[in-house]
Amino acid sequence: MVTKEDVAHIATIADIGVDDSELELFTGQFNAILEYFGVLDSVEGGADAVHSRTNVFREDLVKPSLLNDEVLMNAQDPEDGFIRAPRVI
Amino acid sequence: MGSTFTFDHDDPNNAFITICRQADYGDGPLSGIPVAVKDNISTAGIETTCGSKILKGYIPPYDGHAITLLRSAGAAIIGKTNMDEFGMGTTTENSAYGPTRNPADPTRAPGGSSGGSAAAVASGLVRMALGTDTGGSIRCPASFCGIVGLKPSYGRVSRYGLIAYANSLEQIGPLAQNVRDCALLYSVIAGYDPRDGTSLELPPPAPLKPEIAGKRIGVPTEFFGEGVDLDVASVVRSGISRLEDLGAEIIPCSMPSMRYALAAYYVTSMSEASSNLGRYDGVRYGTAPDSFRSWHDAYSQIRKSGFGEEVRRRILLGSFALSAGYQGKYYAKAQAARRMVRDDFARLFRTVDMLAGPTMPCVAFRLGETSDPLSMYLADILTVPANLAGVPALSVPCGTAHNLPVGLQLIGKHYAEDEILSAALAFEEGSA
Amino acid sequence: MTVIIGLEIHCQLNTKTKLFCGCSTDYRDDGPNTHVCPVCLGLPGTLPVTNKQAVIYALRVAKALHCEVPAFSEFARKNYFYPDLPKAFQITQYDKPLALGGYIEIEAEGGGEKRIELTRIHMEEDPGRLVHKGSGDRGRYTLVDYNRSGVPLIEIVTEPQLSSPKEARRFLNKLRATLEYLGIYDSEREGSLRVDANISIKGYERVEVKNITSYKGVEKALTFEITRQKGMIRRNAQIVRETRHYQEARGVTTSARSKEMEHDYRYFPEPDLAPLEVSSWVEEIALPELPDARRDRFMQQYGISQNHARTLTGDLKLAEFFEEVTSGMPEIAAPWTADILLGELNYRDMPVTKVPNLHYRALLEEVKKGSVTDTSAVEVLRLILNQVMEGQAPEMPGVIIARLGLSKEEGESFVEVVASVLKENEAAVADHRSGKAGAINFLVGQVMKATRGRADPKEIARIIGDLLKD
Ligand SMILES: [Zn+2]
Repeated sequence: MVTKEDVAHIATIADIGVDDSELELFTGQFNAILEYFGVLDSVEGGADAVHSRTNVFREDLVKPSLLNDEVLMNAQDPEDGFIRAPRVI
Repeated sequence: MGSTFTFDHDDPNNAFITICRQADYGDGPLSGIPVAVKDNISTAGIETTCGSKILKGYIPPYDGHAITLLRSAGAAIIGKTNMDEFGMGTTTENSAYGPTRNPADPTRAPGGSSGGSAAAVASGLVRMALGTDTGGSIRCPASFCGIVGLKPSYGRVSRYGLIAYANSLEQIGPLAQNVRDCALLYSVIAGYDPRDGTSLELPPPAPLKPEIAGKRIGVPTEFFGEGVDLDVASVVRSGISRLEDLGAEIIPCSMPSMRYALAAYYVTSMSEASSNLGRYDGVRYGTAPDSFRSWHDAYSQIRKSGFGEEVRRRILLGSFALSAGYQGKYYAKAQAARRMVRDDFARLFRTVDMLAGPTMPCVAFRLGETSDPLSMYLADILTVPANLAGVPALSVPCGTAHNLPVGLQLIGKHYAEDEILSAALAFEEGSA
Repeated sequence: MTVIIGLEIHCQLNTKTKLFCGCSTDYRDDGPNTHVCPVCLGLPGTLPVTNKQAVIYALRVAKALHCEVPAFSEFARKNYFYPDLPKAFQITQYDKPLALGGYIEIEAEGGGEKRIELTRIHMEEDPGRLVHKGSGDRGRYTLVDYNRSGVPLIEIVTEPQLSSPKEARRFLNKLRATLEYLGIYDSEREGSLRVDANISIKGYERVEVKNITSYKGVEKALTFEITRQKGMIRRNAQIVRETRHYQEARGVTTSARSKEMEHDYRYFPEPDLAPLEVSSWVEEIALPELPDARRDRFMQQYGISQNHARTLTGDLKLAEFFEEVTSGMPEIAAPWTADILLGELNYRDMPVTKVPNLHYRALLEEVKKGSVTDTSAVEVLRLILNQVMEGQAPEMPGVIIARLGLSKEEGESFVEVVASVLKENEAAVADHRSGKAGAINFLVGQVMKATRGRADPKEIARIIGDLLKD
């Protein structure tokens, strides 16, 4: 069973805004879905390698980078070649 | 040699998010053929939204590998098709750009998440289209719209430029009105790409010829298990009888890992998605964050307003499945279950050449029919095993039930796309 | 109160390209966001591909530091949200790192060697760089430069076995020298070695100090933090387990406050990158001569002291420089380079690579010939270094000596100067006569000053003695 508080906690970890009304809705849905996922409890063993291969590499060769204009073309209000973001401190 | 294709059709089913009315094309096997591309594949200079509000206005500076191959084969890319936001859905209703309607019945959904591509092909707007398939997103809409769709083996088509939903599961693949066009488009996009570390160097696809006689086709009982619509089951069983009439040997078999497949699929895909979708903060591209807020406020706000409900549900569930204390219970177990599915396929493919069954357990949903997420997820039960194992699978029209198209799914061995396409061609043409 | 210190050192590998894309890592002189591609900008749909050279460099370090390289290792995603992290996850290694164990030997407090054990070494990508701008709650914002995004790093984690800031500095000096000898690291690149430290007083909670961006700052940061913790213990205040940031400019650590998001990194294996199976490569990796071996060779080959040998081999460029200039006169080159030149360079914050070795060698020859006093030779050296710093072509020592009249002269030519100094310092002369030690040194100093160092102090002392005897 997950509670509304559990869902709120996950929303904090995932840094994603959730309304109170949604919290109610998600909690109910999550319980149904997680109950269904419970079928995995009977699976033996733990994390297995997702990959079927190892050692995939590229050589240390320089490739052209994007032009500064291309880097900035989807960003809002770039400044002197920098990309702008909200304050972090 | 450069020419321009003029696309002057309306889009009555809302199959497209972006239409390119004038599309340049060159020489090659697809010269001058209009091709539609699902909107989660990066196209240089053409807005690419993944069906999401959060990416509205994003113009990629680069082409995905499949797009590069399409262009060099001479195709005219005439637009970007509608989809469930970031590929998360089975109906194409979870799009910030409105639902797509099923050309076979406009009151129905086309299936998803590549519903726009399927509708564009099924309604004849384009001969072929690219979709992507993470847990059935090509095969489902192919089945619901009555066309052909192929999910290639994992590693066959470069994922470079495919905007990730669940990296370890998904592939780009073709949708077309018939098997020959599907195989043609597949032959163009298949191939090794050093920019995708999971891409494989394999022999190129072989020329297509109808071939089914003597093939051993396994039919797992679980493919007709609980939840499969009886009319759909009967249409598919008669389709399998036609395969037998064409000379195939039908071998009943069993796939016990099916019990875990759906849960393993959803846990894996949601976990990967929760990580993949963290980057949409509006800083480098996409809807810009509120510059008056502090970073975490702005970030959490943009993820609230920019993502639709299903995407947020999956991000939260995926974050939960990876979080401290739960990873061993969910993510780790899902990987172990995934291994069981792979092993089941490997065991079956020692005695059969391919597997057959219904693509979907039902026909196309009515628009707005289902709002409960879990019952929606259950509809993917027959398509997800191929993604978990990385084997190729296709859907080919097989008749109708409830007056709606039904797809036959063929699942092949790793890298045996040619074999299932040849079988599908024989089935489609009714000759071996 | 026993101090316990463990370090986590991030070192940029000097590959030509970034860890997962082909962007050049040489962005030092270029503007922001000029060495960025769809991959390291984290554009939707892009995929990482591992730079083989970075893995080889990391393995080189693992071998040199005596680590065990497991059969399999893998990259994992560390998920957190910050504007310098364009994918919202850092590709790093979690429970399957590239290398485990290993150690570094440092000079112990009372002589001999002390072994500091390592926990692990793993590979990861560097985030971008943030610049904080504006003021006021609504006016502040962040500027981001992704040139650094994706530069390969190794993180070296030590066991908590260092017992003082001085030991930590020795450890880092040794580590830095080793990384340089291995040719995998560029010490002149700003921020190429960054340190986080875990510090505790035995019996109390542990504090993590992050953000020590220059390795020189480590000793200061550790000393501050230890003093702070000891002070709290004395005042019976409780030390809380926390993360603190080192403020380089102020030389203090400040609490990072728990207002920051609660972290749950949700690690999982990176689905886009195949695991590494590289333990068999270790055998084929040839290591160059490392600092310890070179130190021993210097002692043997040049007959110099262990202290000089340790100092000279403690920096690759310095060791190379010494070997270029020492031929035929190690007994002069060793003390001059280790004691005098190094001090002058540190004072000027000047790299040894800028010292013109032709000029330096010529100066050592003048010293060897005895044509200048040590004092004058230092003056010549300073002049040469200053000329280099100012971007001028340095003059040859012989030219400078002649121009400034610094040639060492025979003692007898200074008799007059000595006599007048004695006359002007009657009090000191009286002190000397009454047997006061130190008076003679003062008088010698006065003569040296009057002759601007051209005289040999021993010679002057003798002349003073002679004159006062009369
Ligand atoms: Zn790059």
